[in-house]
Amino acid sequence: MSNQQSHLLEVKNLTMRFGGLTAINDLSLGIEGGKITSIIGPNGAGKTTFFNCLTGFYKPTTGSVQMNHPEHGALLLEKMPSHLVARKASVVRTFQNIRLFPNMTVLENLIVAQHNALQKASHFSLAGLLGLASYRQASEAAMEKAEMWLTRLKLRDIANMPTGNLSYGTQRRVEIARALCVDPLLICLDEPAAGLNPRESAELNDLLLYLTREHHKGVMLIEHDMNVVMKVSDHICVLNFGNKIAEGTPEQIQNNPEVIKAYLGEEEIEDTTEEEAA
Amino acid sequence: MGQFIQQLINGLTLGSVYGLIALGYTMVYGIIGMINFAHGDIYMVAAIISVTVITLLAALGISAVPLALMVTLLVVMAFTAVYGWSVERVAYRPLRTAPRLAPLISAIGMSIFLQNMVQLTQGARVKPIADMMPGQFNLFTFDGFTVFLSYTQLMIIVVTVVLLAIFTYIITRTSFGRQQRACEQDQTMTALLGVNVDRTISLTFMLGAALAAIAGVMVTIYYGVVDFAIGFVAGLKAFTAAVLGGIGSLPGAVLGGLIIGMLESFWSAYYSPEYKDVAGFALLILVLMFRPSGLLGRPEVEKV
Repeated sequence: MSNQQSHLLEVKNLTMRFGGLTAINDLSLGIEGGKITSIIGPNGAGKTTFFNCLTGFYKPTTGSVQMNHPEHGALLLEKMPSHLVARKASVVRTFQNIRLFPNMTVLENLIVAQHNALQKASHFSLAGLLGLASYRQASEAAMEKAEMWLTRLKLRDIANMPTGNLSYGTQRRVEIARALCVDPLLICLDEPAAGLNPRESAELNDLLLYLTREHHKGVMLIEHDMNVVMKVSDHICVLNFGNKIAEGTPEQIQNNPEVIKAYLGEEEIEDTTEEEAA
Repeated sequence: MGQFIQQLINGLTLGSVYGLIALGYTMVYGIIGMINFAHGDIYMVAAIISVTVITLLAALGISAVPLALMVTLLVVMAFTAVYGWSVERVAYRPLRTAPRLAPLISAIGMSIFLQNMVQLTQGARVKPIADMMPGQFNLFTFDGFTVFLSYTQLMIIVVTVVLLAIFTYIITRTSFGRQQRACEQDQTMTALLGVNVDRTISLTFMLGAALAAIAGVMVTIYYGVVDFAIGFVAGLKAFTAAVLGGIGSLPGAVLGGLIIGMLESFWSAYYSPEYKDVAGFALLILVLMFRPSGLLGRPEVEKV
């Protein structure tokens, strides 16, 4: 079913082995632009490993991850160095454990993400040193974009605070804002709702819907919070021990016996085998 | 009194040279957290190249000092930057993910290699040049002692201050500086935001080498003689200066350099020239006992 139309991201027969452990087994998946696709599954199902394969952290053992970029054509992400995944393929990710630049202000964090445009205009910082117009324009454009996302994510008041001092929920928002400043086509969020209170979590839902509906960004989500997943996802893929065990809309997933089994365990069967063993 | 002022001037000059070299140590440490022990030898290479360039320019009959100086600086900086780039590419980049000790040992190897290479290709003899900028300002005479500031000394001090200002601006205000600070804090994340981390690190090494090149040219003109072994002691002193000032801090590197330079020149004048190194390193130990992160360094706070 995934080959009928061209997806934004095409994962084909992806397998990732670490020695004897198969973290991802023959995973095929299509991600669409402007939609929210969630990857769920119990701990150790291979969700984060999957993200790591997308962003150049791991080289997959076999299989491919192809980004169908409207400008740059088909790009194989597993063959690209990390910085080109963001720069050329327009794929960015956030981390489960937040990775901001703690000694920089919120604004600076957002400007770093736009460095490519700035770098082009700055000619090895010379234009910046001399205060040339081309560099001033580029840096004004960067500021504007940063301000836009700061406003949208309600970070404007703290733009000049070092990120290391911010609360957990705020740091999460800064991380998402920073990812958005790269101008991604696909943004991969690794447990963005973890550690958020109910109000913040509801705001995250709104933001994700806003990004996909208004800005037509593809969102890929790893999340344990089913309130978020079931409310916002267009499509859900369930992993268990590296295998895709189900795929479909939230309703389909909620009623899928395989998924329920993976999450709640197979108590009866396990009990009997234990008794037999005893 | 006259003697004191004179030693102050000499100390400032010497300290400026240490400071310039220390800037390279501190920048490289800032970005990849590694002590580039070959940096002192990069400075030595620069000094040797500058002898060739200065001699060549003199042979070509270019005698206008400002022109000759500019040409020398540019040529030596270019060559030395290539050295800096190559050292990083050959000796450090393949070890980027290795344990911390590996690049350190590789750096010491690189330092020995550069020394021996220069010794083999250029010979072990001391290389002199003619005084390029003779002349001095006689500031005042006190008790029959004339305090002077030579043109070369003035140049070294001014150049150091200007370079410190330029580099502080680059690191804190420009796009390249921002990239560099981002790499310093989290290389992986910086790459995932589209920054070419390898290139940023290479550029840092090249800038550090260019600073060492400027120091090398200045010293060649100041002392008039260089040999293949000057890199070791100068590198050690500059490293001490960087740690004393707080490694990772640019003003700290220059401050540390000035303190070491002045301590050495006062110690030599009033106590004994043989023990000037002991004084410098003893001060380092004292400062680190009470301020482990150096004079201007930021203490590392580990979050748990």
